[in-house]
Formats: sequence, structure tokens, C-alpha cells
Amino acid sequence: MTKRYALGIFEDEDVLLHAVENVRAAGVKIHDVFSPYPVHGIDDALGIERSRLPIAAFFFGMTGLAFALWMQIYMLGFDWPMNIGGKPHIALPAFIPVAFELTVFFTCHGMAITFFTITGLYPRFKVPVMDVRATDDKFVMAIELDESSSQLPQLTQLLRDNGASEVNQKEMTTK
Amino acid sequence: MQHVSAVREPLVTGGKTLHDVTQDICYQVEAKPNIRWMAALSVALFFLGVFFYSVYRTVWFGIGEWGLNKTVNWAWDITNFVWWVGIGHAGTLISAVLLLFRQKWRSSINRAAEAMTIFAVICAAMFPVLHMGRPWLAFWVFPLQNTYGSLWANFNSPLLWDVFAISTYFTVSLVFWYIGLIPDFATIRDRAKGTIAKFSYSMLSFGWKGSAKAWSRYETVSLILAGVSTPLVLSVHTIVSMDFATSIVPGWHTTIFPPYFVAGAIFSGFAMVLTLMLITRVVFRLEDYITLEHIALMNKIMMVTGSIVGVAYITEFFIAWYSQVEFEQYAFINRATGPYWWAYAAMMTCNVITPQLVWIRRVRYSIPLTFVLSIIVNIGMWFERFVIIVTSLHRDYLPSSWAMFSPSIIDIGLYVGTLGLFFTLFLLFAKFFPVINMAEVKTILKYTVDNGPTYNPKRAAHATPAPQPAIHGAPASAPVNYNKHD
Repeated sequence: MTKRYALGIFEDEDVLLHAVENVRAAGVKIHDVFSPYPVHGIDDALGIERSRLPIAAFFFGMTGLAFALWMQIYMLGFDWPMNIGGKPHIALPAFIPVAFELTVFFTCHGMAITFFTITGLYPRFKVPVMDVRATDDKFVMAIELDESSSQLPQLTQLLRDNGASEVNQKEMTTK
Repeated sequence: MQHVSAVREPLVTGGKTLHDVTQDICYQVEAKPNIRWMAALSVALFFLGVFFYSVYRTVWFGIGEWGLNKTVNWAWDITNFVWWVGIGHAGTLISAVLLLFRQKWRSSINRAAEAMTIFAVICAAMFPVLHMGRPWLAFWVFPLQNTYGSLWANFNSPLLWDVFAISTYFTVSLVFWYIGLIPDFATIRDRAKGTIAKFSYSMLSFGWKGSAKAWSRYETVSLILAGVSTPLVLSVHTIVSMDFATSIVPGWHTTIFPPYFVAGAIFSGFAMVLTLMLITRVVFRLEDYITLEHIALMNKIMMVTGSIVGVAYITEFFIAWYSQVEFEQYAFINRATGPYWWAYAAMMTCNVITPQLVWIRRVRYSIPLTFVLSIIVNIGMWFERFVIIVTSLHRDYLPSSWAMFSPSIIDIGLYVGTLGLFFTLFLLFAKFFPVINMAEVKTILKYTVDNGPTYNPKRAAHATPAPQPAIHGAPASAPVNYNKHD
């Protein structure tokens, strides 16, 4: 399916932030904003909810901790107790280092997998982008157009009034 | 613009624009390899050859190829292991701890420092694996049931903790580093002309587009990873030190080891970061990004951690006397005055005296002096591990089994070989990966001054930062929100 977008190109993050606020205030739905670096404050301006990733991180960590403690207690305490210098089979203080390392291991890799999955990041042959300059020095605001692109003139005016240095049109084919 | 400080030194000099940053960093990736890089790679590859030869000898004939004997059964191998792991710690300190402390100057050095961490851990891992004698059975360290029954790994052993610590450290550093690389790979991908380059960087960039939501999650994930990496980096060298501290060998059995090893690790790591950065900034012409201010700041960290190490040396000596344990006292007296006095003297000179020179401002800001100091510290920290390991072992409780250690040619080959491995990996990284985190440097451009505002060339005319810069296309009446962003 082919979709059309109006692209407002901005030169500065502060101008972009105002533009985002004003464009949304004007009742226009913004498809997405692409920037070469994270623009602080844009989440609020775009109305992006606060990420729940930290909650996931906590549960990954707890999973790692529980797994590590279970593994060590089961292996050395129940499955094959070894007499090591007459010390207790379940020597909890000695299990702490591995428990800590596995907590970190699970948190980190769980977070990485979650991040890649929800953001849709995976190796691919070709990456269609709105504007190649968005990873260099330009801030790109994409607004979805309808079939006839009838809103384009007003949108161009709105974006220009809010500091866009260029307004382009782009067709993107999506599956 | 609203956070420009008139007092602080600029983090990036040369009045760079966003596009300049992209150009400067991508240049090295896109240009044909220069002759100096080729020459350096040839030398590194030669030593990599030495490494492979030494590995072949060690694996084929066994660890009898090394200079170990019945008394000194741990020597260069573990010295090199601890040395390399320690070097890695500075990278994580820069990428994680300084991120949590919001030290913006880390932006231009964190990428290369993290790469250094990963390569140093690879080099470190070679030694314990080769010391197993039968490295093809290395998987036995993991808690797998052996073939005869249900005997598991011994979780009470610090050596097993080390396995978990090092493998966690390596994989976590790798993931953290790679997530940071993704936006920069996307930048290179969008500039790439050739088919192969376009294809490779498309694959590497994981389809990154820089959308607002992706950036928001990226920042959250970076903070979480930094949050878990900070205690991780402290735990790794703590556990390495427990390889020694939990034993009852005089000279090793000390409670001061964990903090002392962590400080030493960061100390030697920063020395290696300085060595690498001083070369990288000249070879790749990155003087505007890795400024004298960066060098001075790293020198200060080196001085602080070096002083902690110095205090630890003296404390150790005092506690040996204070403990009234004859064997403990002998271990330390023997260290300083015994047959290995020269190693001890080298350690004391390089690690205690050298970092104190950094108090002098001229030393801190001098490139040649810093370079020499960083090399001396690297040597000193190698000797520290040698002193701890060999002098504690070579004279044990039974004088009839006292012995000296001398390295075999294979020992030496393995050590210089890992240097070859390290530099091969680092040079390949420096050529094909962006050596500076472009996205992160771009975030600080607006908040740093270089003889007036740097970010927008149109603003260069103003001597003081204007609250509302004349930005192309912006309406003059556009209000500025001063509280919105950091």
C-alpha cells in the first residue's frame, strides 16, 4: 500500500518543538518526527506516553535473580549435594555473586530484546527512509496525506509559518 | 543555547555544525584506508601471527610450554588476564557511570572506550581458557551435567564466579555498545554510495530511522543499561580480586582487595584510554572533539584512582604488620626486599609517584607528557599484578619448595600476541565503525561554547549567546520555552 506524507524539514530542535505543538494545536495529526539525535521534550509535545520499559527491566532482573538462586540451590543443595570442607550444601553467601551476575545478565539481554522487538529493529537489506538528512542534520516532521493530497497547500503554509525550511512530499510503500 | 556556560571550557571546539559532525566522523569510514592505518594494521597483524603461533604451541604441547613450575603455578597468564580485564573497566566507567552522573564530556570518548572494553575482555578471556590446557573442554565451566551423572559446577568457587562475571560483563558491554552504534550506523547508511556499504550498514543499522518514539525508548534503555552496568563493572573486578582474596595464601588473603582492585582497574583503564585517544585524535584528526580539556579530565580521574591505589599499597603493608601474622609479614617484606624487589620498585614508582605529577597543570594539559605517563601507568599496573601473583607464590610455607619464575618465549609471545589481537580489533573498529558517537555529540553542540555560540554559524557574530538565535526560517516572534528541555 502506498501512503503519502507531507514532510516539514526543520533546522533546529527548538523550532521543531514549537512547530510540533502548534501543528497539533491546529488539529493536524503528526505521523512521526525523525531527528538525528533525541530531542528532549518531544515526547510531551507529541503526546507519547511515558515508556513502561523500566517496569519490564525490574521483572527481567527478578527473573534472573530467582533463576540463579533456584539453579544454585537445586544443583548443589538437592540434586547432587557435595561435601566441600564440611560446609553447608546451601551456602547462600557464596551464591550471591552468581545471583547478582545473572540478575544483570537477564536485565540487560531482556531489555535489549524487548527494545528491538517493540521498536521493530532487526537486520534488513533495505531501509526506506522519509528523508536521508534526518540522520544527519535535519529534523523531519511527517504528516500523512489522504489520496488526493488536498490538504497539502494548507499544510505547507502551516509548516512554513512554524519555521519549516522546506516542505516536501513523499510516497512510501508499506506492506 | 540557554544552558551555555561562560565559565566552562567548550566540549567541542571549532564551531561545528550538526553537518560538520557527520562529515568529520564519517570521513574516516568512507575514505580509502590511509597509509598510516595500513602500516599500523600490518604491525598488529604480525603480532596477531605471534599470538596464533603461541596458542598453537600451548594447545598442541600443553601448558608445559609456559614457564610455570610447581611452586609458581600462576604467573604471566593470570597477570595478563587481570591486566586486560582491568583495562576494560575504564570503558564501562565512561559509558555507564559518567552517563548516570551526566558528564557530557564523555560523549566524544565513550564509543572508542567501550570498544576498548570489549576488545580488552576478549584478550583477557584468552588466558584462563588457554590455561585450562584443553580449551576444547572450556564449556565444562558452565553448569552442565557431566557425562557420567549429575555432578554440577561448584558455585562456591570464586573461579566459577569469574566465569559468570566475565561472560556477563562481555555480553552486556557488547549489547550496550551495539545499541549505541545503531543510530550512527543509520547515519552512515543514509550517506553510503556503494552497494556493499549501503547493504552492510543497512544490516548493521537494524532499520533505525530516528523516529521520536524510538529515540525515547533508546534513551530509556540506555539509562537502564547504564544503571545495571555500573554495579556490574564494580562486581567484575571485585570477583576477579576474590580469586585471590578468598584463598589463604599470605599476600592474597586480604579484605582490601575488592576496592583496591577496582580502583586499580579504573586507573589502568584510563591510562589505556588516554594512550588510545591521544593516538586516535591525531591519526583521525579529531582534535576538535577530543580536546585538551578531555585529556585533562581523564588525567584527573587517573590521578584520583592512582592515589587510591597508592593508599591501598600502604594500607596492605600496615595491615600485614598489624596482623602480627608471621607469614603475612614475611610475604610483604619479601615483596619489597626479596628477589623480586625490582618488580615491586617498578610498581611503586609507576603507580604511586607518576599519577601525582598530574597535580601540575602543565603536565595535565601536555599531550607528550600525558602520553608518556599513560604508558608508564600501563607498565606499572602490569607489574602490580605480577608482584601480587608471583611474589606471593614463589616463597610458600615450605622453604624447600621455594622457586623463582622466568617466563618462556611462549609466555612472552602470548602477551605481545594479545596486544596484537587487541590492536588488530581496534584498528578494524576505527576504520569501519564511527569512532565517535555522532548522535550524542550532536546533542551537546548547542550547549557548548567556542568563542561564542558554535551551533549556528549565523550566530557566530554575537559575542554572547543570544536567547533567541536567528534560525533560518523561524518567525521572529516564535516564543522560546526555557524550561522545557535540558
